[in-house]
Amino acid sequence: MGLRGEAAIVGIAEYPHQRRYEGPRKFTLEQWSELTALALQDAGLEAGDVDGLVCSDIRESGMFTPATVVEYLGQPVNFAERIDLGGATAVGMVWRAAAAIELGICDVVVCALPALPIPSNPNPGPVDPQRFFQSSSPNWGSPQAEFDIPYGNLAQNAGYAMIAQRYAAEFGYDPEIMAKLVADQRANGALNPNAAFYGKPVSVADVLGSKMIADPLRMLEIVMPVAGGGAVVLAAREVAERCRHRGAYVTGFGEHLTIKTPTYAEDMCRTPVGPASEQAFAMAGLTPRDVDAAEIYDCYTITVLLTLEDAGFCGKGEGMAFIRDHDLRCAGDFPVNTHGGQLGMGQAGAAGGMTQVVEAARQVMGRAGERQVAGCDTVYVSGTGGVMSEQSALLLQGG
Amino acid sequence: MSIELERPLPRPTPTSRPFWDGLQEGRVRLQRCDDCGAWVFYPRNRCHRCLSAALTWHDVSGAATLYTFTIARQPTSPHFAGDVPQYLAVVELAEGVRLTSTLVDVDESRIRVGMALAPVFEPVDDDLTMLRFRPA
Ligand SMILES: [Zn+2]
Repeated sequence: MGLRGEAAIVGIAEYPHQRRYEGPRKFTLEQWSELTALALQDAGLEAGDVDGLVCSDIRESGMFTPATVVEYLGQPVNFAERIDLGGATAVGMVWRAAAAIELGICDVVVCALPALPIPSNPNPGPVDPQRFFQSSSPNWGSPQAEFDIPYGNLAQNAGYAMIAQRYAAEFGYDPEIMAKLVADQRANGALNPNAAFYGKPVSVADVLGSKMIADPLRMLEIVMPVAGGGAVVLAAREVAERCRHRGAYVTGFGEHLTIKTPTYAEDMCRTPVGPASEQAFAMAGLTPRDVDAAEIYDCYTITVLLTLEDAGFCGKGEGMAFIRDHDLRCAGDFPVNTHGGQLGMGQAGAAGGMTQVVEAARQVMGRAGERQVAGCDTVYVSGTGGVMSEQSALLLQGG
Repeated sequence: MSIELERPLPRPTPTSRPFWDGLQEGRVRLQRCDDCGAWVFYPRNRCHRCLSAALTWHDVSGAATLYTFTIARQPTSPHFAGDVPQYLAVVELAEGVRLTSTLVDVDESRIRVGMALAPVFEPVDDDLTMLRFRPA
């Protein structure tokens, strides 16, 4: 079952992530073409090499997104997908691109998630009330609109906080250990020039002293919205071998969806990234012990804790001890989110998960500079969309 | 920026109408699958276990326990700016189904996962009653 490991990430591009974006504003399509050009250049490929594309929504069009992007880029493709998996989108893009390449229907696939601000509209329409509901649907007939939103359970913070509170009741909870997780990741982010918190580490005391947002989650355990975005180019092995950098081959993936709102989860503390990761490891013929670094989707600290457990890096209920006993920094014994994660980079909307993919490729390519994990050959990546409702996993390995 | 937004209210559908009508009468009603026995919440047209269409409404006690909670110290959206702190709850009814609600008449320091809860029928207007919970 699965991939043979014949497709690799060969090029990457990433906008510096900034809390206050001061550069020129660009439409999503303009960012798409820019990121594509940068990623192809990084790989040593040319525009005409592209024959596949994976996108998500763009601000300029509500539908026909792939065709709109293809036309703008001027690159006809044999394979086009639009992914709607929230924070799991980036990982979902990469495995679909690898699968399409292995099917032989395309050789070079671009996956981009632009997230810089677009130009201010000189003729703005009325404010869309939908925006106040963030990721929750207020449409009539939406179960959320009827049974969750009216009670105030919407957006992300409350759902993740309730998962953390349940975890605390079942397995125990140590705020200092969660603060240590943030401090380790922010130490990594402090070394990353593309991170919003470049040069800005925090201490355990800083995290514990930050404002309580939704018990037990504090401000510094929650991602900060930023401008950013990134892209990767994947290529078939025979193309990858001609590229400028060592390829990061996709040897395993998994994806699992269960619910939209965690109220209806069978078990809030056993998350979909479990089955997704199990499939990814089995496909790659690897175990969690084989991993040199883990780039774990980190919208909140609780997401990392549960992913460490459910992906099998430690047992259920052992995540707190695992974080306490391991040095998660780049030079540590178990490097996690070597780019700082989204807690260190900032979260550029649904593009946040692309930072984990880009950094994983960078590490396998040996291009992470001060953050480079020595002898890094195998990297685990996870993606999380919604409130632990749709999750994905990826294994990248040097060719 | 201060935004005054109307509180979003449930808009019953033909399928869910018996649930909301039950609350108007001070009763908690759930669907149960005649074929596999599963209790179903939220209301659906088919069973979420076996996809059977044979669902029947039953009155239940409303007795529940607290599966989890959070205390939102910042409003979860501008609509709830006046409700902070929000005592958001996931409540497990005795039948095993879970629902989203909020806790009322509760001392914040006494909220515990697993605590016993009783239903509170809170009239919103002539046509709508919301289901909240208090310590039993
Ligand atoms: Zn059934």
